Amino acid sequence: MTDALLTISDLSLGFRGEAGFAHILDGVNLTMRPGEIMGLVGESGCGKTTLARAILGVLPRAALELRGGAIGFRGTDMLADGAAQAAIRGRRITFIPQDPFSSLNPVFTIGEQIDDLMKWKSPRRGEGGRWPALLAPYGRSRRAADRAAVIETLEAVQLPQPERLLRKYPHEVSGGQRQRLMIAMALLPEPDLIIADEPTTALDVTIQAQILGLLRRLASERGVAVMLTTHDLGSAWEICDAITVMYAGQDVEAAPVTEFFRAPAHPYTNKLLASLPDAEGGGAMTGIPGEVPDFLAPPPGCRFAPRCERASAACATRPAQTPRGPGHLVRCVHPVAAPVHAEAEA
Amino acid sequence: MRRIEIILSRLLWLIPTLVGLVVVVFFIANVVPTDPARIIAGENATTEQVEALRAELGFDRPLWEQLGIYVRDLATGNMGRSLYTQRPIADDLAHRLPATLELTFAAIIIAIGLGIPLGVVSAVKRNSLTDQVLRVLSVSGLAIASFWLAMELQMLFSTRWGLTPLNGRISGFGPDEITGFFVLDSLLTWDMESLGGALLHLLLPAVTLALPAAATILRFTRAGVLEVINSNFVLYETAMGLPRGLIIWKYVLRNALISTVTQIGLIFGVLFSGAVVVEAVFDWPGLGTYAVQSILQSDNKAILGFTILVGVVFIVVNLIVDILHTFIDPRTLK
Repeated sequence: MTDALLTISDLSLGFRGEAGFAHILDGVNLTMRPGEIMGLVGESGCGKTTLARAILGVLPRAALELRGGAIGFRGTDMLADGAAQAAIRGRRITFIPQDPFSSLNPVFTIGEQIDDLMKWKSPRRGEGGRWPALLAPYGRSRRAADRAAVIETLEAVQLPQPERLLRKYPHEVSGGQRQRLMIAMALLPEPDLIIADEPTTALDVTIQAQILGLLRRLASERGVAVMLTTHDLGSAWEICDAITVMYAGQDVEAAPVTEFFRAPAHPYTNKLLASLPDAEGGGAMTGIPGEVPDFLAPPPGCRFAPRCERASAACATRPAQTPRGPGHLVRCVHPVAAPVHAEAEA
Repeated sequence: MRRIEIILSRLLWLIPTLVGLVVVVFFIANVVPTDPARIIAGENATTEQVEALRAELGFDRPLWEQLGIYVRDLATGNMGRSLYTQRPIADDLAHRLPATLELTFAAIIIAIGLGIPLGVVSAVKRNSLTDQVLRVLSVSGLAIASFWLAMELQMLFSTRWGLTPLNGRISGFGPDEITGFFVLDSLLTWDMESLGGALLHLLLPAVTLALPAAATILRFTRAGVLEVINSNFVLYETAMGLPRGLIIWKYVLRNALISTVTQIGLIFGVLFSGAVVVEAVFDWPGLGTYAVQSILQSDNKAILGFTILVGVVFIVVNLIVDILHTFIDPRTLK
């Protein structure tokens, strides 16, 4: 696994509150290769966003309780080395937020916000001295080179009239344009990995496909890996190379995208796929009976067991990741043998 | 609306506001059952003499007619004559206005300089020991009576340690008068001796006036920062790795200041009118002492002039606040 870009191993964490310890992430394993577009799929509240924020190191520190595991990024232990993580954040790993409407600062122009980003995170930035944040210098030649890169990138995300856009305030541009802007800002530091947390949820359906297509194309062109969290298997199918499914804070199955849709092995994955409306419009949507477990008192072992018709006593211990095919890992004692979904299609 | 449109519409609103202010203040001043003519005429005057004086001063006319005359005169900058100093009230006020404005400006600068940074620190380190101490201090700052604080400061700094003058605005002649603001005038004439004297005299009264204001600004800034600090754009800026200092002191603070600036505008007005007590304790030759004298003398027109001036200052400061808002929060220009 020396070629891995991001390796999350056995990550366990949660939040301590008045009601007790909410055990959000339970022994999560996940690997990403450079340039790979990975869909992190699961229902709302399954821990996708927590995992994304853990990688970025922006979880609320007061309540956070780390139970174990590691996040390795190109050989750096992100959880152990705070300074290294701070250097990576915004530079080697960037972020596309869920809600482009509230993620830009309303009282500064777009240009000023991009300028500050470039001042601190431009790939042309050397080792800056120990200046206080508000007084740090921003050399003229680097500023000009950065500005050229900004214009180039804004054009690449198909934002018209970039010079004019930079003088505008966030409330003066549309949601779709703002999300294009967030993509541009994520690309500008020339990172190795972009974490896109449900980047299209807040947008109109008509714009969602455009934005995802744009993200896919630019990431491929520039060789940037993307971790896309989504609850929408359809968009994951369209733009991802690989998919990892999470259920209630556990990774249950990971596979390359074609293998994933051809031969889903975990019972939860199968239920999830079966709950999708059919392409022909036929076939009733089937929900999954039962409820997502309470994070304050999760079931032992596989957290899907209480809702799983295949579950047995053995499920009270969490199974290890078992290979099912090239790059296909599943955590299940009773995996689905036949590719049910593929048969249905045939 | 564009910025210029906002400013023009606010300026247009000034006219009805000022008219309303003058009418209300005029009638309130005349409700008070005093008889200025009798006071001026003195104890030994006969009724005929008082009546004659009353007719001469125009006090025998109907109230609405007096108001008409007053407004007509006011439009030309004439506020009538003070019964006490025998000088035009407008001149008296203009002569004393710089002293009070200088004191108020000094106080508001101290209050902002203390209140905003401490408010930010208090919010960022919320529930820490620093925060608790600051919150206790800010409650005390609001609770302390200013005349008591003034006298305590005088006893410590002037009487015991001899560091600052006890009262007054300057020792000696002061700088050559250009604007009437001693600090500004000494800078303009490069008169360092006067500058030092003016600043030393200013220190205690300004601090006395500033502390409760600083406490209010601290609380508003703290609340403003707390309101903003958990918003999505702060999460985004943090996730993109911008330095904490930049996020707090630039991106969060500007948002938090939107409500604080409104508050600072109100506080300025309160300080300006509230300088009365502090001026009295420190013998500061400003509008406050003039107002106190006028009230003691039942000098109605002087009180009227003072009240209108305070009202105008309030209106002007609010106009400035509205304009500042368009710079701090571009969404007002939508």
